Amino acid sequence: MNLTLKIWRQKNPNEKGKIVSYPVKDIDGDMSFLEMMDVLNVELIEKGENPVAFDHDCREGICGMCSMYINGEAHGPDRGVTTCQLHMRKFKDGDTIYIEPWRAKAFPIIKDLMVDRSAFDRVMNAGGFVSVNTSGNTIDANATPIPKEDADKAFEAATCIGCGACVASCKNASAMLFVSAKVSQLALLPQGKVEAKERVIKMVNTMDEEGFGNCTNTGACEVECPKGISLENIARMNREYLKAMILK
Amino acid sequence: MSKSALLKSSIAKKYWMALTGLFLCTFLIGHLIGNLQLIFMAGEEGRRAFNVYAYFMAHNPAIKILSYLTYFSILFHTIDGIMLTIKNKKSRPKGYAYNNAAANSSSSSRNMALLGSLILVFIVMHMANFWYKAKIDNSAPFPLHVYELELKQDGKKVRNDQTMYYFTHQPTLQPIPKNRKLVYRDTTNNITDLYIKGTNIKIAEGYKDLHSLVFAFFGQDKSKYGFPKNEQALYFTLFYIISMLVLSFHLWHGFASAFQSLGINHSSYNKLIKSSGKLFAVLIPLGFAIIPLMIFLNQI
Ligand code: HEM
Ligand code: SF4
Ligand code: FES
Repeated sequence: MNLTLKIWRQKNPNEKGKIVSYPVKDIDGDMSFLEMMDVLNVELIEKGENPVAFDHDCREGICGMCSMYINGEAHGPDRGVTTCQLHMRKFKDGDTIYIEPWRAKAFPIIKDLMVDRSAFDRVMNAGGFVSVNTSGNTIDANATPIPKEDADKAFEAATCIGCGACVASCKNASAMLFVSAKVSQLALLPQGKVEAKERVIKMVNTMDEEGFGNCTNTGACEVECPKGISLENIARMNREYLKAMILK
Repeated sequence: MSKSALLKSSIAKKYWMALTGLFLCTFLIGHLIGNLQLIFMAGEEGRRAFNVYAYFMAHNPAIKILSYLTYFSILFHTIDGIMLTIKNKKSRPKGYAYNNAAANSSSSSRNMALLGSLILVFIVMHMANFWYKAKIDNSAPFPLHVYELELKQDGKKVRNDQTMYYFTHQPTLQPIPKNRKLVYRDTTNNITDLYIKGTNIKIAEGYKDLHSLVFAFFGQDKSKYGFPKNEQALYFTLFYIISMLVLSFHLWHGFASAFQSLGINHSSYNKLIKSSGKLFAVLIPLGFAIIPLMIFLNQI
């Protein structure tokens, strides 16, 4: 199929940037979206132009690096997939496709479609961990009995790959889905309960300081999240936060 | 926990939004039940019942507390909502060239601030139209609704032969002198006291007739209620109905959203919350809108 791509080009964080049109030809429906971008980039390199910079790593939907806002939706029109797993068969011959970077104050653009998502790392550093003694006598995690339902919920929350599609799709650029998944995956388990109160307060404070917006429960994040992280986690984080504020 | 986090943290703000929003929802229920008396009781009987209710609402101490809570909630909900919206706008300084928001969220949920601001415009107008006239403004021409005080002579109840009175809300034990004549005396607290001429015996109190005020406001024939004729009833009625539509959209998202903000999200009752929210968002504004419409169409 032949397509017209309208891609955000921006040389560096300080340049203004603009949308540039590129035609691409003979795209196979079985290609992934990133393979289609590779085709374009090879063409650009052959012409001596700058290739389009974009993030990617595993290309199998588990690392969370790929991050494109495709035709007005994070990771494109398909549900439950990352950009690298999006197939070109979701598009038709002759389509025009807008490709933009995640837009958020907390995710400044590095170049073209690449954004700096280290704000997520700083939220994690603030409390997204369990402190354990690593001096050789660590306890086997399986030795601690955990109700099946809690284990399942914690695991579901832990499937978040930190891609930032939730922030990108939220009209408020709120990071609540990501942060709540990380708070939940630990708060649900006995090992994580010990530091639960401090954790939620520190992570929420860091989230606010990083410049993410407030959640207004539009639910866009849940729809666009490639891992189907549920809004239930946000409600849980709100409860955890209230508990921590009142009991601390 | 620092005190400012109670106001400033993003999640605390959400708790305040939800609590004040839900309090306003309960206020709406009470306000609607009271107002529906305007259309469910016709004629003199209806006028009397509504004014008795209005008197009760203005004088009961418990209601006074609720009314202050309502003022506070509107103010706080508005200020908090504006602060939320400003922060949210700042969080995405540059938007998308092409955004397909309809694919992942409802338009009500994306326009809460706009809908809320329109509701605020309505609230200001509504308070100027009714609250201000009922509580503060004494210059407008106003028919009175008179409450007769219960008069007793030698421990026995005595009928007052002034037929214009029909309600006793407060017994007094004054004997009635023989040749009584009414005089009006205006007091400062919005009450017109009626005394027996030449004495300090109060036999009745007159209050603003709010029932007639409403009927004159939305009714096409104002002169019928003792007000100067005015041609704006159609615009007022339309404005009120459109405002209720706006409220409906605000609640369509807001009602269920408040539960999520408060951390109430569980698969066993999510459906119930969502459907009650939608029912609430339709029925309450519809109930309010019917009142001016029926009065305007002269159906009562
Ligand atoms: C009778 C009047 C009102 C009622 C019953 C009401 C009710 C609600 C409810 C239940 C919510 C959901 C809260 C949540 O998601 O946690 C809400 C949200 C909101 N309201 Fe109102 N509201 C009213 C008036 C207003 C006014 C006057 C404004 C002023 C601008 C306003 C602005 C907002 C905003 C911006 C939100 C979204 C905030 C968010 O989702 O976090 N509302 N409202
Ligand atoms: S919650 Fe979903 S959308 Fe957000 S970072 Fe995690 S995987 Fe990505
Ligand atoms: S490249 Fe790893 S998830 Fe897409």
